[in-house]
Amino acid sequence: MDFSILPEILSSTIRMSVPLILACLAGLWSERSGVVDIGLEGKMLAGAFVAASAAATFHSPWIGLALAIAVSIAFSLIHGYAAINQRGNQVVSGVAINMLAAGLAVVIGHSWFKQGGRTPQLDDASRFLAIDFPGKDALVNMEGLGPYMRILFDHSILTYAALALVPLSAWTLAKTRFGLRLRAVGENPQAVDTAGISVAKLRYQAVIIAGVLCGIAGAYLSTALQTSFVRDMSGGRGFLALTALIFANWRAWPALWACLLFGFLQAVANFMQGAHFMGIDIPVQVFNSLPYVMTIVLLAGFIGKSVPPKADGVPYTKDR
Amino acid sequence: MQRGELPTWVDVGLIPLINLTIAFIVAGLVVLIIGENPFQAIWILLSTPLSSLSGWFNIIYYATNFIFTGLCVAVAFHAGLFNIGGEGQAYIGGLGAATPGLLIGGVLASALPFWVSQPITLLLCLIASFAIGALWGWFPGYLQAKRGSHIVITTIMLNYITSSVMVYMINMVFRPVGKMAVESRAIDDAYIMNAREIGRVIGLKLPASPLNPGLFVALAAAWGVWYLLWRTKLGYEIRAVGANMDASIYAGINPSRIIMITMAISGGLAGLMAFHEVLGAQHRLVLEYVQGAGFVGIAVALMGRSHPLGIVLAALLFGLLYQGGTELSFANQNINRDMVVVIQGLVILFMGALEQTFRPYLAAVFAKVE
Repeated sequence: MDFSILPEILSSTIRMSVPLILACLAGLWSERSGVVDIGLEGKMLAGAFVAASAAATFHSPWIGLALAIAVSIAFSLIHGYAAINQRGNQVVSGVAINMLAAGLAVVIGHSWFKQGGRTPQLDDASRFLAIDFPGKDALVNMEGLGPYMRILFDHSILTYAALALVPLSAWTLAKTRFGLRLRAVGENPQAVDTAGISVAKLRYQAVIIAGVLCGIAGAYLSTALQTSFVRDMSGGRGFLALTALIFANWRAWPALWACLLFGFLQAVANFMQGAHFMGIDIPVQVFNSLPYVMTIVLLAGFIGKSVPPKADGVPYTKDR
Repeated sequence: MQRGELPTWVDVGLIPLINLTIAFIVAGLVVLIIGENPFQAIWILLSTPLSSLSGWFNIIYYATNFIFTGLCVAVAFHAGLFNIGGEGQAYIGGLGAATPGLLIGGVLASALPFWVSQPITLLLCLIASFAIGALWGWFPGYLQAKRGSHIVITTIMLNYITSSVMVYMINMVFRPVGKMAVESRAIDDAYIMNAREIGRVIGLKLPASPLNPGLFVALAAAWGVWYLLWRTKLGYEIRAVGANMDASIYAGINPSRIIMITMAISGGLAGLMAFHEVLGAQHRLVLEYVQGAGFVGIAVALMGRSHPLGIVLAALLFGLLYQGGTELSFANQNINRDMVVVIQGLVILFMGALEQTFRPYLAAVFAKVE
C-alpha cells in the first residue's frame, strides 16, 4: 500500500462521511421515536435535486439548502401521515418514497433543464465551498504537514455543521425533556400516552427533524460534494446510513464512528481499484460490500448485539 | 354485517380501484406540473402499446419478469414477511441461469443431438436459477428465524452485497479473457428462442421483441404458488404463521422452519426471473439486468393482493406501463421515461402504505345505505 495518498484518502473519508452522518442522524431521530425510516435515500435524493435546481436558478447555495430542507420535510410528512395517522406499513411507505423521489427528480429535472435528468453545472458562487479560515493558506501549505491539515480544515460549512450535529443530537436525546420523551415514545408509547403526552405529536416532530437532516445531506451531495445533480446520485448512501445506524446500535456517538468507518471504506474503494495487502489482491468490491457484511454479522449476534428501540416500526393504537 | 365491516367486493374490488385511481390522478398532477396535458399523456401511455402486436409482445415480456418478482414478494407476504431482497435474489440467480449453459452445455451439445441437449441444459439452468435464488432467500430467513435479525434489513444489505458480488463474478470469472465488455460469452447451449425466432421456424412473421416461452414458466410458477398456498399443508402452515404466529405455535407449527422455507421459495421465484431474462432476452450474463424489477414486484404484489391471479393481472398492467412509458417518452420529449417510476411509487404508496385511508369513509357510506 502506498502511504503517500493517505492524507488524500482521509480527506475523502470526511467528504464521504458527511452525507452518511447527516442521514444516519436523521434515521436516529426517526427510529428513536418508533418510526422506521427506509426512505432516507429518497429524501436525500429529493434534497439533492432541489438544492441543485434552486442553486442553479437563484445562484445561491443557501436558497438551495432551504428548499431542499422544505421538500425533504414534505416527504417526511407523507411518511409520517402513513406511519402515524394511517398506521400503514412503514417499510412499504419508505420504499414508495424512495421510488417517488428517484422518479420525480428525473422527470421534473428532464422537463426543466432538458439534460436528461441532470441539472446545470453550478458555478462557485452557487456552491458550498471550503471555508476560508483566517490563516488557512499558511496551514494547508505547510511543509510536510500541509496535506494532513487539509483533512481537517479544507471543508465547507455543511461538513462542520454535520459534525456539530452529532454532539447536539446526542445531548438533546440524552439530556433534555424533549429527548427523553422522544426516546420513551420509541420504547413504550403507551406509557407516554398515559402521562398525557401526545404520541403522534412527538413522532411528527421526530420525522420532521429527520426531514431537515436528510435535506441538508442532499444539499451537501449536489452543491458541496458535486457540482450538479445527476440521477440516482445518492447511490445507496441512505441505506448505508441506515446500516451505520444499526451498526451503531441506534446511538449518536457510535453512529459518528460507524459513518467515518464506512466513509473510509468508500474513500478507499474510490481511490484504488482494489488493494494489495500482505501479498493478497483485495478486489474493490470487498470495500464496497464490507459495511453490509459487517452489519449482517453484527445483527446475527456473532459480535455484540444490536437492539432496536422496542416500538420501532410499530404503529401506536390508543384503544387496546 | 357488523359496523365497520364492508362487503367483500368493496374490500377486494372497490378500495383497490379507488386507491389506483388516486395514484393515477396524482401522477396526472405531476404531468400537469411539468406543463403537459395529463389526459393526452395517459392516453399515449395506455393506448399506444396496445395498438400494435410488437407493443403487446413487449408488454407480456415485461410482465413475465414482474410475475416472478411479484410472486416472490407475495409468497413472503403470506408468511407475514417483507422480502425487499427480490432485486438481489433475481440478480444472483443469474449465476444459476448462466453456469450450466456455459459449463456443461457444450459437452452435452457435442454428445447429444441438438433437440436433446438444449432441453436438458435448460432444465439444469432452471433448477440452478431457482436453487441459487432460494439460497439467497433462505439466508435472511435463517438469520431472522435463528438469530433474530430482521428480514427487511438483511435483505436490503444483501441487495448491495449481491451487486458487489456480481460485478466481481462477471468481471473476473465470467468475462472471457481479452474481452473488454463486462459480460459473459454468449450462452448458445442454453438458448431460449424468442417469439420472432420461433415464428420463423414455423413460418410465421412476428415482430421483434424479447418475448419468449419463459412466459409459460412464469404462468406455471403462478399456478404452483396458488396450489402451494391454498391446496397443500405447507401452504396452510405458511398462511397460518403469517396470520397469527402465536396461534400457529399452538397448532403445532414450527414458525422458524416455515420462515426459512418460505424465504427459500420466495428467493427461488425471484431467481427464476434470471432464467427468463438471462437466457430468453440477454443470452449472456450482463451487469444490472434486473433493472428494478425486484422493486416492481413489491408494487405488483400489493396491487395483486398477493394472489397469483391478481399478480398476473398486475404484472400485465405494469408491463403496459413500462412499454407505455417508453412510447410516451418517444412521443413527448418533455416527459421522461422515469414517469413510470413515479407511477410505481404512487401505486406502492396508495395501495400499500395508505391502503386503509378511504376505508372508514366507505364504511360510513355503507352504514348509511344499510
